[in-house]
Amino acid sequence: MRNTTNAEKLSKARIDTAQRSAKETASNGVVIDCNIDELYYSTFKAVRDTSIPVKKNRITAFIGPSGCGKSTVLRCLNRMNDLVRGFRFKGHVHFRGKDIYHPSVDATAVRRFIGMVFQQPNPFAMSIYNNVAFGLRLNSYKGPVAEKVEDALKRSALWDEVKDKLQKSGLSLSGGQQQRLCIARAIATEPEVLLMDEPCSALDPIATRRIEELMVELKTRYTIAIVTHNLQQAQRVADNTGFLYVDTSDGGRCGYLVEFGESGQIFNDPREQYTKDYIRGEFS
Amino acid sequence: MSDINQISRPPTHSQQVVDTAFRWLCCGFACLSVLMVALIMLEIAKDAVPAIRQYGPGFLAGTTWDPNTGQFGILPEIWGTLYTSFLALLIGTSFGVAAAIFLSEGFLAQAVFQILKAFGLQFHPVLGKLPDRAEVLLKNLIELLAAIPSVVYGLWGLFVIIPLIRPACNWLNLKLGWIPLFGTTLTGPGVLPAVIVLAIMILPTITAISRNALVSVPPKLRMAAYGMGATRWETILAVILPTAARGIAGAVILAFGRALGETMALAMLVGNANRISVSLFSPANTLAALLANNFPEAAKKDVGVLMYAALVLLAITLFVNIIGSIILQKASAGQEGGK
Amino acid sequence: MNTQDAAINPRITPGPPDPVGPEVNPFADVDFCELERSLRRPRTLVDLLLSNLVSAMTMLALIPLFSVVLMLLWRGGQRLSLDVFTQLPPAPMEQGGGFGNAILGTLIMVALAALISIPLGILSAVYLAQSRPESPFAGAVRFGAKILTGFPSILAGVFAYGVLVLTFGGYSAIAGGVALSILMLPTIILTAEDAIRMVPAKMRDAAIGMGATPTQTTWMVLLPTAMPGILTGIMLAIARAAGETAPLLFTALFSNYWLFRGGFDLKQPTASLAVLIYNFAGMPFDNQVDLAWVAALVLVLLVLVTNLIGQAFSRRQIHE
Ligand SMILES: Nc1ncnc2c1ncn2[C@@H]1O[C@H](COP(=O)(O)OP(=O)(O)OP(=O)(O)O)[C@@H](O)[C@H]1O
Ligand SMILES: [Mg+2]
Repeated sequence: MRNTTNAEKLSKARIDTAQRSAKETASNGVVIDCNIDELYYSTFKAVRDTSIPVKKNRITAFIGPSGCGKSTVLRCLNRMNDLVRGFRFKGHVHFRGKDIYHPSVDATAVRRFIGMVFQQPNPFAMSIYNNVAFGLRLNSYKGPVAEKVEDALKRSALWDEVKDKLQKSGLSLSGGQQQRLCIARAIATEPEVLLMDEPCSALDPIATRRIEELMVELKTRYTIAIVTHNLQQAQRVADNTGFLYVDTSDGGRCGYLVEFGESGQIFNDPREQYTKDYIRGEFS
Repeated sequence: MSDINQISRPPTHSQQVVDTAFRWLCCGFACLSVLMVALIMLEIAKDAVPAIRQYGPGFLAGTTWDPNTGQFGILPEIWGTLYTSFLALLIGTSFGVAAAIFLSEGFLAQAVFQILKAFGLQFHPVLGKLPDRAEVLLKNLIELLAAIPSVVYGLWGLFVIIPLIRPACNWLNLKLGWIPLFGTTLTGPGVLPAVIVLAIMILPTITAISRNALVSVPPKLRMAAYGMGATRWETILAVILPTAARGIAGAVILAFGRALGETMALAMLVGNANRISVSLFSPANTLAALLANNFPEAAKKDVGVLMYAALVLLAITLFVNIIGSIILQKASAGQEGGK
Repeated sequence: MNTQDAAINPRITPGPPDPVGPEVNPFADVDFCELERSLRRPRTLVDLLLSNLVSAMTMLALIPLFSVVLMLLWRGGQRLSLDVFTQLPPAPMEQGGGFGNAILGTLIMVALAALISIPLGILSAVYLAQSRPESPFAGAVRFGAKILTGFPSILAGVFAYGVLVLTFGGYSAIAGGVALSILMLPTIILTAEDAIRMVPAKMRDAAIGMGATPTQTTWMVLLPTAMPGILTGIMLAIARAAGETAPLLFTALFSNYWLFRGGFDLKQPTASLAVLIYNFAGMPFDNQVDLAWVAALVLVLLVLVTNLIGQAFSRRQIHE
């Protein structure tokens, strides 16, 4: 009985996947289609007119000056902004063609498919093993947990450093190790999309390098959206890049999307003057 | 949105049900906790109603308590409660605030540092930590005063304090008996031993809360005063204490509430005599002690009267506690605004 | 008074006003010896006096603590033996005896109170910690808890007496446990709320970012991380409840026998250490007074050890 249902489920999933991939090719492989007309924190208008398609198995980078709303946009994509009181926005965010802000959609469910790595490493006050297994428990995963944990740690290039001390507290690691632990935690549940908000800002160049390599490796399996201050980093890893800028014309500080396109085009042949200035300013 | 990878999946139906149920449960329990206060008041008031009908407000002014004749009045107990609490507050506040100043202004740390310096050990890896350690230790010791059960204080008062102060009290009565305060001899339990023990019991409350208030005075005020050439005590008296005054006032009022409701030490030390006297050495009685002594063997028909007395105690302590809490809340809000 | 004036108008030389008239060089007449410390200057003297006064008062405030401890060790230590833990309270003038039933009664009633107040307190705290700071309902709950902390313990007894003893017609361990739980509740609520609020926000964000439901966040992240702080609160509450006498006087009353007499029954009068001390302290018989001292020693040790365990937990709390 049970077996048949499982088998049915699996086959159904396969059909779903097939249908979806058909649909995704139709929409150019866009997994998250985000379209923000206006975004407010209570009365403060933080972002306007920003529309970014996040494509499957690609790395999409958001760049722009501090305070232009990169994190805000990123946090919209998995409804982390719901935690901020006074947050509201006009527009839509579609995940695989489905509006995630539709009243019938459960925000927690969205976050299970769209994982997030934060700017500051934030491991839980539990053992390294339990940190990584956390997401599996959350999804009441019945399979081999230890294997998944090992796999996630290996893929986040942390395994060799921690394999002898899996029971030590996650807080005992160094900052870079903690960040890789957070990445391992996020990828252990194999979400479809990984949002990363300046994942390397707390890291030294070597650790940064490793995480960049990791991202490139991970993109074969996941879709990644990343916020970064580091233009070289965006250039190195990102396939697509969106440049946001602050509009101070009407007295506020409202971020908006200036330009979006292939990274090569944005960095080598930007169309907009603002983008040119920003990129040149950073390089010189 | 179904799986492609079998791990990530939306919260199952049961998870969602548990989630909602748990949130309602938490909210319900929180309601229950706040209802508890109301429930206690209602219950006591409900049981007191028959007695209130029968005795009316005259109960508060009556001076006899005699179950045999059915005459009840609690004026002596109200007097005793207020009198002992007030005296205890006088002693407890002076010592408590002194200790709070001592603990918050770095007196001890500095003294220990000076001693270490005299031996040239002030930067010793282990001993160098001593100044801060000493202060924490002293603070914990004072807090330990609050940890000792009141019945143990009662026992101690009975067998240590009373014998200790009796000769002095009787000498005072002999020489200065014309002052009403020393109008009687101390034969055993009485107001003074009760007050001393009560003062010890409320001291930790006063010290802990006042110290908090003193410590959270913004350092910049202190710096400003020192920068103008004020001495340490000029700074304390003219700047720090006034800034922390609200917090200290809250502490004193909360301690007053504690003193009013304290039962065991008074039941053991105050003498349980139905008498109104200003003499420090005469026995007296308090509301809480009255309840403690009469409830255990109360006849069914007298329970109502005791509930009436309990209601009076409840009203007084609740009033004092609410005032104290509000003052403290305002104090901490003001401090946050000032920073 | 003097110091106040000086603080408002700080000058290096209070005391006699300067006889110096208008001068060309303002420093010509300054005697730099006046910068030196001198006890003859009133403000320095007052400073020294007050410093010594508060030091002396603080030390004086600690004398009772040492006196109590010494008396307990001296009078209680003399008769401390294994027997007191296993035997029943003695009659007047009887040799030997102990308070095994009182220890058991205290433990059972405190356990009962903990059973009621811990779930109630922690879940209320979970609610409070997740409510918005300005939510009026949460404010009411918090205020109620604060009022309960300063609540006269005897009134908790009166309440349990009215609700349980009068209704079910008898003194019982249950009534005692309920009375104690009222006293434990506010401590647990307030400390647990603090502990949960101290869990770094980024840990909560991490859980939510992975799609944990609020309940999962609470059980899998907030409560485990806040556990040391919550345990501290529980230990403090238990220590307080164990030493309470007033609420037990007329809810659990006292008993000279074991609770097991004729089957384990929580619905009968129950002995407790605190009430035993109270009863025996007022007795004219030496053997009972001595036993009161031993019981006080045991009770204080129990309370202090619980307190110390709580403090040990508090050092393991993770801060932001
Ligand atoms: N929780 C919030 N409540 C109110 N305003 C907010 C909140 N978070 C961000 N903002 C405002 O929204 C604007 C965009 O902030 P955001 O954090 O998205 O910038 P950012 O581009 O990520 O900057 P940085 O590169 O410094 O991280 C800022 O003006 C900020 O003040
Ligand atoms: Mg940001």
